[in-house]
Amino acid sequence: MPADFNWAIGGEAGDGIDSTGKIFAQALSRAGRHVFTSKDFASRIRGGYTAYKVRTAIDPVQSVVDRLDVLIALTPRTIEENLDELHDGSVIIYDGDRSTMADVEIPEGMVGLDVPLKALAEEAGGAIMRNVVALGAACAVTDFPIENLDSALKKRFGGKGEAIVENNKEAARAGLEYVHEEFDHEFDYDLDTTDNDYVLLNGDQAIGMGAIAAGCRFYAGYPITPATNVMEYLTGRIERYGGHVVQAEDELAAINLALGAARAGARSMTATSGPGIDLMTETFGLVATSETPLVIVDVMRSGPSTGMPTKQEQGDLNMMLYGGHGEVPRFVVAPTSIDECFWKTVEAFNFAEKYQVPVYVAADLAMAVTEQTFPPEAFDMDEVEIDRGKVVDDDSIDEWLDDKGRFQPHAITDDGVSPRAFPGTDQGAHMSTGLEHDELGRRTEDTEMRVEQVDKRDRKVETAKNDEDLSPREFGNPDSDKLVISWGSNEGAMVEAIEFLEEDGVDVRFLSVPYIFPRPDLSDDIEAADEVIVVECNATGQFANVIEHDTLTRVKRINKYNGVRYKADELAERIKTTLESEEEVSA
Amino acid sequence: MSSDVRFTDFKSDKQPTWCPGCGDFGTMNGIMKALANSGNDPDNTFVVAGIGCSGKIGTYMHSYAIHGVHGRSLPVAAGVKLANPNLTVVAAGGDGDGYSIGAGHFIHAVRRNVDMAYTVMDNRIYGLTKGQASPTSREDFETSTTPEGPQQPPVNPLALALAAGGTFIAQSFATDHKRHAEIVQQAIEHDGFGFVNVFSPCVTFNDVDTYDYFRDNLVDLADTDHDPTDYDAATDKILDSSKEYEGVIYKDESSVSYEEKFGVTENMSDIPSGAPDDAMDLVREFY
Ligand SMILES: Cc1ncc(C[n+]2csc(CCOP(=O)(O)OP(=O)(O)O)c2C)c(N)n1
Ligand code: SF4
Ligand SMILES: [Mg+2]
Repeated sequence: MPADFNWAIGGEAGDGIDSTGKIFAQALSRAGRHVFTSKDFASRIRGGYTAYKVRTAIDPVQSVVDRLDVLIALTPRTIEENLDELHDGSVIIYDGDRSTMADVEIPEGMVGLDVPLKALAEEAGGAIMRNVVALGAACAVTDFPIENLDSALKKRFGGKGEAIVENNKEAARAGLEYVHEEFDHEFDYDLDTTDNDYVLLNGDQAIGMGAIAAGCRFYAGYPITPATNVMEYLTGRIERYGGHVVQAEDELAAINLALGAARAGARSMTATSGPGIDLMTETFGLVATSETPLVIVDVMRSGPSTGMPTKQEQGDLNMMLYGGHGEVPRFVVAPTSIDECFWKTVEAFNFAEKYQVPVYVAADLAMAVTEQTFPPEAFDMDEVEIDRGKVVDDDSIDEWLDDKGRFQPHAITDDGVSPRAFPGTDQGAHMSTGLEHDELGRRTEDTEMRVEQVDKRDRKVETAKNDEDLSPREFGNPDSDKLVISWGSNEGAMVEAIEFLEEDGVDVRFLSVPYIFPRPDLSDDIEAADEVIVVECNATGQFANVIEHDTLTRVKRINKYNGVRYKADELAERIKTTLESEEEVSA
Repeated sequence: MSSDVRFTDFKSDKQPTWCPGCGDFGTMNGIMKALANSGNDPDNTFVVAGIGCSGKIGTYMHSYAIHGVHGRSLPVAAGVKLANPNLTVVAAGGDGDGYSIGAGHFIHAVRRNVDMAYTVMDNRIYGLTKGQASPTSREDFETSTTPEGPQQPPVNPLALALAAGGTFIAQSFATDHKRHAEIVQQAIEHDGFGFVNVFSPCVTFNDVDTYDYFRDNLVDLADTDHDPTDYDAATDKILDSSKEYEGVIYKDESSVSYEEKFGVTENMSDIPSGAPDDAMDLVREFY
């Protein structure tokens, strides 16, 4: 069998697909195997097709591929939806007693295992456990030690009491034994275990955990797919550290609540998706011009308007870079993987406070709803550093008082960063406003002060470019004259695509860019390459446009906007055809 | 917090540009007195101002303050208070700011019951944009954009607050200095969302809801036997459109603030210099 194994469970929304898939993923993770999950889902609560997919290997996996080895199909549509990914020898586990599955046709060359999931579950204590019976059957097919599944079941159902856990274990065994007894087929699959210790989490959770680690104590948000998980993660956890989550009446309120908390000195955050960013844009300029540190997470989904709410897209880049009237600097960081969702959130808080700016964390659906395994050290909390920037206290404030003893929160400085006094600081009382203001924070229309304040704010960007390491992450062959650039969640698929390309004798250099603004200057890298391709999940190439503008060079583009993330094998193919294309590139 | 704070300590050295005679002068003075009388000083006070003539209040006062986006003062104020419950938070804005563009937030701020005061400087007009109808303008009030009057009934902000579960609902009159300051002080000291609709006449664009009108028509509840803790009596007063009332109309004595309900007590600006000590537990949860 290939080094990686691909498994899925699919059915209708409401069939418990998600939680079943998660249990299997957890079992694999606890067995010391690497796991990468993905979801095909519709936004309806019932009726829509939905599937949870798991790719697993002993080595790290960070992408999906177009192959499915074992499929638990609760509906005929599950098989139809996955025909392209199933192959000769794929195993399909189904319950022929289910009326819709009675006449199902197993495609040529594939192995159908008709397991009475419901009947076996009822014997074990309740029909509700039929998916767990299927998991037991999957263990039999893959020779995967069922004790790992027991462990995951205990994690999932432990809160409901020992009896429920035992029933579920029994249900799993019923599935396992049924396959052993009824089918004498030799299956190709063999899921080995290791002693490695992994944790399994998704991008939204990593963002939430990063926020707590970074000292975020206030979160306000309004529910929206696929960002709600951030709020759900923080609720019940942030309180342990003296923090609080507010579910606001809308995103207008959410960003204003978060802004208020930030003005009071809290590390503060809100998370939303495109439609919420639209509303927050109203207040964005105030955040920026009042120089309030704020982290705004945009977990992008397909737009415009309500778009395809449960589908992948990286379409909000322009919005984050340029949204809002007038001109004012903002930072945009884009985590490139799930562990980076954690680290970039930590960094976003430091940027926000060091430079007193709003920072967008540009995440996307592909990361938000994907679980991946990491060794716990990938989130080494000792590595978390907190830099609060130029905060003054009762004593150090003296330096920043004018000759009348008034605090100057927008003092003109060389690095563009002014002092910050939290409310409660003696002598620090001051005004913040969305009006253009003087050094004291008071409204002004003085032509010179206006220019000085605009220049001061813009200087922060230059300071950051000088002081921060904004380098891209580099993969592939550093000496290759073929350069691929991407941003955000495409990194995983691209890193694996490099391996596929190597097998075909194509080597590329790959730069994965997490800093969108301020961003690294890629002129030299582009100059050095014969061919440059920018890969992103949108139709118009928003990042490619930025690169072309920066470097005054035309690049080739690979775009995807059908709502589905890149798969490693697919991306490798597209890179090959793009490299072969005649399109003129003057590098 | 020092005990010798005088209300003038809350004055900034910026001279107000309000029209001479504008009600906002009296409204602001009363707020400053209420703050001083309830033992606050500028360094522990946070004023959140709306946009409008009224919104300029933040500039003319001396305290920590923000002058935000039109209509959004209430969520900002709640964020400030929750992040540092030691601060005294006052939101102030106009009738357009609070009951039109910010109406959604008004209802939810009342429901949320964060411990703060909200004073609406109600002049029944859009002052800053030079005299258009506001949600509290009379049905037949002629303005540049409503030549026949708005032809819609004015909102009753007190009734909105009552319907949303308000725990402190009051009304005052900007030039009734002593009463206005007392009422705002009670709003500040109330354990929850202290809402005061302040009649704050616009002398430039509203020739109907004038000082004379309010002087002639206001009934001070202090001169009656009204019991603000009596919900039914308060409801009657609030729904009585034949009179304008001054005073605390409704007060829920058992009000519990949002912070208290949720145990939000800490100044959130105090954080460690690295991740919390037990933060690896958060990682282990994902095992
Ligand atoms: C989003 C937005 N829309 C419109 C305006 C213009 N504007 C400024 S103040 C105001 C109305 C103010 O009325 P009110 O809140 O009653 O305050 P007043 O001036 O009467 O004190 C309007 C419409 C604005 N600043 N922002
Ligand atoms: S226009 Fe009206 S509300 Fe505005 S300052 Fe003048 S009097 Fe006051
Ligand atoms: Mg008004």
